[in-house]
Amino acid sequence: MSRSYDVVIVGAGIVGAACAEECARRGLRVAIVEADFVASGATAAAMGHIVVMDDSEAQFALTRYSQQLWHARRSELPADVEFEQCGTIWVAPGEEEMVEARRKQAQFLERGVPAQLLTPEELERLEPKLRRGVAGGLLVPEDAVLYPPCAARFILDRAQMNGAKLFLGVPASRIRGGYVQLANGLELSGSTVVNAAGAAAPLLSPGLEVKKRKGHLVITDRYPGMVRHQLVELGYVASVHATSLDTVAFNVQPRKTGQVLIGSSRQYEVETKDVDHVILGRMLQRAAHFMPQLGRLSAIRVWTGFRAATADRLPLIGWDPSDQNVYVATGHEGLGITTSLGTAKLFVDELTGKIPQIPSAPYSPARISISVHAHA
Amino acid sequence: MESASALNVVPKLMAYRIAALVRFFVVRAWKSVAMTGNGSDRFDVVVVGGGPAGLAAAASAAECGVRVALVDDQVDFGGQVWRAQANDQQAPAVDWIRTLELAGVQLFRGTRVFDWGSGNVLRAEQGDQLCEIGYHKLILATGARERFLPFPGWTLPNVMGAGGLQALVKSGLVIKDKRVVIAGTGPLLLAVAAYVRQRGANLLLICEQAARAALARFTFGLLGHPKKVGQSLALLKATRGVRFVTESAIIAAHGTRVLEQVEISVAGKNEIIACDYLAAGFHLVPNTELPALVGCQLENGYVAVDEYQQTSKAGTYCAGEPTGIGGLELALMEGQIAGFAAAGHHRLAKKFFSRRNQLRRFASAMNRAFALREELRNHTLAETIVCRCEDVTYSQLQKHRSWRAAKLDTRCGMGPCQGRICGPATQFLLNWSLDAPRPPVWPAAVEHLGTSIEGPQPEYSRIVRSA
Repeated sequence: MSRSYDVVIVGAGIVGAACAEECARRGLRVAIVEADFVASGATAAAMGHIVVMDDSEAQFALTRYSQQLWHARRSELPADVEFEQCGTIWVAPGEEEMVEARRKQAQFLERGVPAQLLTPEELERLEPKLRRGVAGGLLVPEDAVLYPPCAARFILDRAQMNGAKLFLGVPASRIRGGYVQLANGLELSGSTVVNAAGAAAPLLSPGLEVKKRKGHLVITDRYPGMVRHQLVELGYVASVHATSLDTVAFNVQPRKTGQVLIGSSRQYEVETKDVDHVILGRMLQRAAHFMPQLGRLSAIRVWTGFRAATADRLPLIGWDPSDQNVYVATGHEGLGITTSLGTAKLFVDELTGKIPQIPSAPYSPARISISVHAHA
Repeated sequence: MESASALNVVPKLMAYRIAALVRFFVVRAWKSVAMTGNGSDRFDVVVVGGGPAGLAAAASAAECGVRVALVDDQVDFGGQVWRAQANDQQAPAVDWIRTLELAGVQLFRGTRVFDWGSGNVLRAEQGDQLCEIGYHKLILATGARERFLPFPGWTLPNVMGAGGLQALVKSGLVIKDKRVVIAGTGPLLLAVAAYVRQRGANLLLICEQAARAALARFTFGLLGHPKKVGQSLALLKATRGVRFVTESAIIAAHGTRVLEQVEISVAGKNEIIACDYLAAGFHLVPNTELPALVGCQLENGYVAVDEYQQTSKAGTYCAGEPTGIGGLELALMEGQIAGFAAAGHHRLAKKFFSRRNQLRRFASAMNRAFALREELRNHTLAETIVCRCEDVTYSQLQKHRSWRAAKLDTRCGMGPCQGRICGPATQFLLNWSLDAPRPPVWPAAVEHLGTSIEGPQPEYSRIVRSA
C-alpha cells in the first residue's frame, strides 16, 4: 500500500513540526511520520530558550531570524506554550568576561538587537539572588522562554488544520528521495523527504555527521520571583583537558509556573539516558556557585536528553549531498527550539524556489562532506 | 490495614524473637555501630521502610549478629499500620522497636531515601542533611499507599482517603458524632470503619465497589484461613448495624466550599447522603519507585522476588506490600525471611516459608475479590480533575496515548507528588503504564542531587571565544 505526498517529513520534534506547518501553509501535501509521539525526543527534554547567539555570523543570522519569527507569532500562541519574554542576562563573573560582554553588546547593537550592559548594582537589582561580586552582565531583552512540548504540539496542530497528515507511533525504517518506508510495512511516497529525526538522523541518512550530545536538566518546586530572566554565564565553559569532553555551565530559567529550570551539561559519546551523578553534581555546584540559594531549593525532577550536534556547531539544513531528493533538517544542538521556525522557512523557500531571507549556504550539509573529502 | 490482626499474631512472634535475642547475646559480644555506612563503614544490611516488614527484616538480620541499619522517612517507626502506636507501650510496634534497639540496629528516623548510587550507597535526606548510607545487602520494605480514583468533587475539603481519615483521627481530628461515609474497596474500608466508629463517629454507610458474589466467594475461602476468620468477625462485629452496600460507586461529592453530600450509586440507583466526611480509598498501590530505581525487576506492577525474597538484583531483597498487597501478617513473614536471608541465615528464613505461602494464597484471593470493576471507569467525567497538583482534567488526558505524552503535554504528574496519586489512577482509567522512575524518587534539595566534588575544578577553566 502506498500513499503519495509532495513532502514526507520524518520526525515530529519541533523542527519537523515547523517544517510540516510551513509546507501545509503553502499548500503542499505533506505527511509527517513519528516513531513515538509529538515532541518526544530532544524537544521534550529542551529548556525552551528563544535566544540570539553569536558564535558565528551564520549562527547569529539563523537565531535572530527565528527569534523574530517567534515574536511575530506571539499573539497566536496559546497559554500552555508559556511564551514569556523574560530576556536573557549573560552574567560576567570577572573583568575578562566583561570584555566579552562589551564585544557582544557591540555586535548585537550593530545588527539591531537591543542589548544593555549591566553594572553589578543593576544586576543586583534585576536578579537579587545572584551572588555578589560578579563584574556585571549583559541584558538581551528580546530573548524569551517557552514550554517546548506544547509549542511543538501547537505548531503541529496548525499543520494538521492545514491538511498535514500525521502518522504517530510508526518508526521510519528507510528513507530515500521518493519514499519513506515505515516499520509497519506502509510506504509513503513523496517527491521530497525531510530527515528531521534529530540525533537519530544518521540512522536514516548514513554519512550525516551528527552526534548525540547528552544534557541534564533539573526542575524545582515553585519559587516565584527567585529567578526573573534566563541567566547564562558568559564565557564558554569548555575543557582544555583531553579527559573532559564533558562541560557544564550556569544556565537557569524562570518558568511561568514559578519553577526554576537548572542546566546545563554537555557530554559526548554517552548513549544511556541514565542520570549521571558526577556531571549532575558539577552542574549543580556550578549553578549554586552563581546563585547560592539554588542549592536549598527542592528539586522535583531530573531528566536527560540528547542534542543533535555537529562539529562546527551549525545545523544541517539543506539537500543531502548523497540524495538530492532528501532534505536534511537536523543538528540544531541546543538551539532547535529557537531555530525551528527559521529552519522551516529556509526549507520551504528552497523547495519552492524562493530566495530565503537569510543565506542558506552556511547550513548546507554539503559543507561537511566537502570537508571530509578535503581531508581524504 | 489489618490492625486487629496484629494483636493475634504478635505475642507468639515476640516470644520467639526474645528467645532468639537471648541466644544472640549469649554467643556474641556487643559491638558499637558507626553513625553512617560510608565506604568501609558500610552496614551489612540496610532496611528501607520501618513498617511491619521492615521492622521484622531489621530485627531478623540483627539477630544474626550483622550490622544493620533501618531507615524510615517518618520520625516514628511502625509504617502506616502501626505508626500511631509508636508511643503506646503496649503496642506491637513498640516491642519490635525495642528489640531493634537492644540488638544495636542503627535507626535512621525521619530519613527519606531519594536516590541510590551504583556503589551500593543510598542517598537520603534527614532534615537539611544529606545522608549517604552504604550497604552490602539491601532490604526494601517501602510499603504501599492508597489508590485514589477521581470522581467529581474528590478534591473538596473533607473528602479524603480511607487511610487518610484514619491517620487524621489518630493525629487528633475529633470525629465524634460526625457523619461519615466510607467508600471504595478493600479490607481497609472495614478496618477504618471499625476504627472511626470506636471513636464515636456517626458512620452512615460503607460503600464497597466489589460485587456481592465476589465477596461471597472470598468469604467462603476464608474458611481455609482460621485466623483470618477471627479477624473478619471482629471487624464485622465492630461495624454491626452500619449499612453496607456492594457493587456500588461514588458518583460525586457535592458541596460549595466543603463536602456537604455524597452521591452514590447502588444497584444502578443513585442516592444522595448528607455527610461531614467522605473517606474514599480504592485498595492499595505498592511503593515500587525505589526498588525500580535500584534496578529490581517488576512483574505486573510488583517487585519480583524469589523464595528468599531476593529481587532480580542480587543482594537486594524486598518484603511486604511492594511484592504483592497482602497485609500485616504477610509483611511480617516476608520481612523475617528477607532479614534472615540477607544476613546469610537461609535455614532460619526457611522456617517462615509455609506460613508465608499460605498467606500469599489468602492475599491473592483477597486481591481478586476486591479487583476494581471496569464499570468504575465511567465515574470519572471529562471535566473531573485527575492530577490535583497541576489541575489536569480527564478530558485533557484522554487525548493522549501514553503517560509520558500526557505528562509532557498537560503537566499531569509533574507536581510535587511526582505522579504518585494520578499515576495509578491513569493506570486504571486509561491502561497506561508508568515511566521507569528517575532520581530523585522524592523531591530533594538541589545541592544533594549529584555527587559533590571537592577541591579545584579544572574543567571550569574559562576560554574566551575566538574572535
